[in-house]
Amino acid sequence: MFVRRYRTPTVWREMERLQREMNRLYDAFSPRRYRTAPGYPAMNVWMAEDKLVVTSEVPGVAPKDIDVSVVNDTLTLSGERAPDAVEAGAQYHRSERGSGKFSRSLQLPYGVDANKVEATFKNGLLRIILPRKEEDKPRKIKVKS
Amino acid sequence: MSDQEKSLEVQKEEVALEEGAEWARDRRVFLPRSDIYETSDHIMAVVDIPGAREEDIHVTLEKNVLTINAYVEADHMEGYSLAYAEYEVGDYQRSFRLPDEIDRDKIEATYRDGVLRLRLPKAEGAKMRKIAIHTD
Repeated sequence: MFVRRYRTPTVWREMERLQREMNRLYDAFSPRRYRTAPGYPAMNVWMAEDKLVVTSEVPGVAPKDIDVSVVNDTLTLSGERAPDAVEAGAQYHRSERGSGKFSRSLQLPYGVDANKVEATFKNGLLRIILPRKEEDKPRKIKVKS
Repeated sequence: MSDQEKSLEVQKEEVALEEGAEWARDRRVFLPRSDIYETSDHIMAVVDIPGAREEDIHVTLEKNVLTINAYVEADHMEGYSLAYAEYEVGDYQRSFRLPDEIDRDKIEATYRDGVLRLRLPKAEGAKMRKIAIHTD
């Protein structure tokens, strides 16, 4: 008896795999679109009408070694990640964690009140809350009839 | 040591899954950047897992394989929209096969500022012994 085997041809399977891979890639870039940070550290900016929250992952940097400064609508993050104090004679198997000084500026979507900026640092995550400048807030204009 | 001159990097590397497999959690999973070094009596593993809370870090040692799992809460903020994004938040996972037997009872783990440090003392039998060579 002749038994017919229903097997997807390899090419099709390969196409399917490609399609899945493409979908995964699209998922990765939407709805959020990620850009490559031009320098360290990478930052995310969350925006509400009257407040911005900037977050950044800076593991291993002591809070005292991070400098946050704001001038008008420009935020500057600078600091230093110190290299580990390693015992003499230690042999490295793997060294991926960088160290050194960093400094980066980011233009914010609107001007912020530098006096009211707050920053917290927890578990290697820096979070900066920047309230919008009073004079920069949008004004509602009433339409008269 | 020239290794320590490594510069800071911004890109995260994602864990590659086998074909057909998917993560149970609907999150991306990254390979945490790590340093591993060894001295005569212990191995140190230093792992960057920013954003993970202490209680969400799971470290296991099975045979000689050290596995680090860290779950990170989603960064979604109610009432805010993500206006500009350069990094993605996700979990961390990584395994290392250790070169020596480890004294499991004496492993020390500390977590500070997003960096996990594991001190893995070598078991007595695994410590290097210098063997003297005699000549007749």
